[in-house]
Amino acid sequence: MTYEALKITITELAPSALFEEGGEWLNIFISPDAFPAFVQQLRSTEGLDFDSLFCLTCVDWKTHFTMVYHLSSTIHFHNMVVKVKLDRNKPEIETVSAIWRTAEFHEREVYDLFGVEFLHHPDLRRLLLTDDWVGYPLRKDYEDPINMIKL
Amino acid sequence: MVEELGTTAEGDLVINIGPQHPATHGVLNLVVTLNGETVKKVEPHLGYIHRSIEKMCESLSYRQFIYTTSRMDYLSSHINNHACALCVEKGLQIEVPERAQVIRVLMDELTRIASHLLWWGAQAMDLGAFTPYFYAFRERETITTIMEETCGARLTMNYMVPGGVMADIHPSFQQKVKEFLLLIQSKIDEYDELVTGNIIFQNRMKGVGFLSAADAISYGCTGPTARGSGVSSDIRKIYPYEVYSKLQFDEILETAGDSFARYLVRMKEIKQSIRIIEQLIDNIPAGDFQSKTKAVLKLPKGEFYQRVETARGELGVYIVSEGGTTPYRIKFRSPGFSNLSALDHMAKGGKLGDLIATMGTLDLVIPDIDR
Repeated sequence: MTYEALKITITELAPSALFEEGGEWLNIFISPDAFPAFVQQLRSTEGLDFDSLFCLTCVDWKTHFTMVYHLSSTIHFHNMVVKVKLDRNKPEIETVSAIWRTAEFHEREVYDLFGVEFLHHPDLRRLLLTDDWVGYPLRKDYEDPINMIKL
Repeated sequence: MVEELGTTAEGDLVINIGPQHPATHGVLNLVVTLNGETVKKVEPHLGYIHRSIEKMCESLSYRQFIYTTSRMDYLSSHINNHACALCVEKGLQIEVPERAQVIRVLMDELTRIASHLLWWGAQAMDLGAFTPYFYAFRERETITTIMEETCGARLTMNYMVPGGVMADIHPSFQQKVKEFLLLIQSKIDEYDELVTGNIIFQNRMKGVGFLSAADAISYGCTGPTARGSGVSSDIRKIYPYEVYSKLQFDEILETAGDSFARYLVRMKEIKQSIRIIEQLIDNIPAGDFQSKTKAVLKLPKGEFYQRVETARGELGVYIVSEGGTTPYRIKFRSPGFSNLSALDHMAKGGKLGDLIATMGTLDLVIPDIDR
């Protein structure tokens, strides 16, 4: 599907979605409440078939977090980016690990480094850091006088 | 982690494999639940070589941060640098001279051969055959020597920079690569005779560590791991970059989905890389090896994503820029991380010995997973 066709189909699926222009791929913002049903539709709707989640990450914007999901289809070879804004004081979002298994590891990494809670995740624990680590290193306000070297 | 070890209520044995274990090829710790010799669960514990490269990059300039990526997947360091250079160029909208593009692709493919050779030796060694390791290193040495002449390094190259390559190729580069092509072509048949047709090796690999095509996609597997299950995932073909769209080469697909299929994919990919190098080595265009760029690079506000095909699969570089001289956020989507997540699924129900064979065919490089 081309960029324009994809945009029309997505608008039909989620009228509340906000588009962000200027990116290489179709960028959309969706609210955390509408997110679980929306991604399920992206996966299962014929013609879209976003069967591959090739990147999952989070960006700390100091006022809020943005979860970024890069999706592609191995059938139609089209790509899109789904973004969800999260409250920085209580970052919570539904897991997508039931739809894309790869998310299980990626979400554990985001939980580890950003402290985002993934609801209904099968095994949400720290992945890279030790279990007793205090704080979330990739947050912009993280301070560590021993391990961090300021340039 | 220690308290998990021992015997469970059902009588299963929980043991550690690694972090210091020859078969994990680095500091990877697997907590394996065993029922007799049957694997019930494999749980990877990561982070022994986590350096938080993503955090580091946030305070490094767009020229500096590329150096850290050589330390991720150190066997594909050229290709890692390439991905970062391409991503920065995408943001700056720089045209790279054709000479630099061809040199980059040549280096990528030489790296791919070197990486697959090392994997081939290590895989055979994991299964108890020691000789192939020395054979593979003998030929890999030729590549690292060629690289050393041009880049000055044997492992962490840092040769590709935004706008082109750091220096022109060494005067003897073309001659030496041609000599290497002659050498490796005769050796590949020798490898096949030594290992591929070996009945003990085939018995250890065939039907082991099965991964279906649907699971490969769902687990985000890429590279030879996905192609061994018949999933078309070669970024060079699907989303071509540099001069790959003009080149003649095949994407290798095997449909069996077992360890032996993944083995065959890598062996055949060596031949395809040779094919690519043959097409380019006599056709390096004259001209500049680097386009003119500003001393201090500033990416415009926005987000940039670049994916390339490393020897292990798809590497994605995601740069979020706020318009400054350093990236606001960088994410490296490393191939090994996703490939490892499928290990539990692949090894479950198999024997402990098969776990080693399966893990080997994922071609894990631990610094690439931990970052």
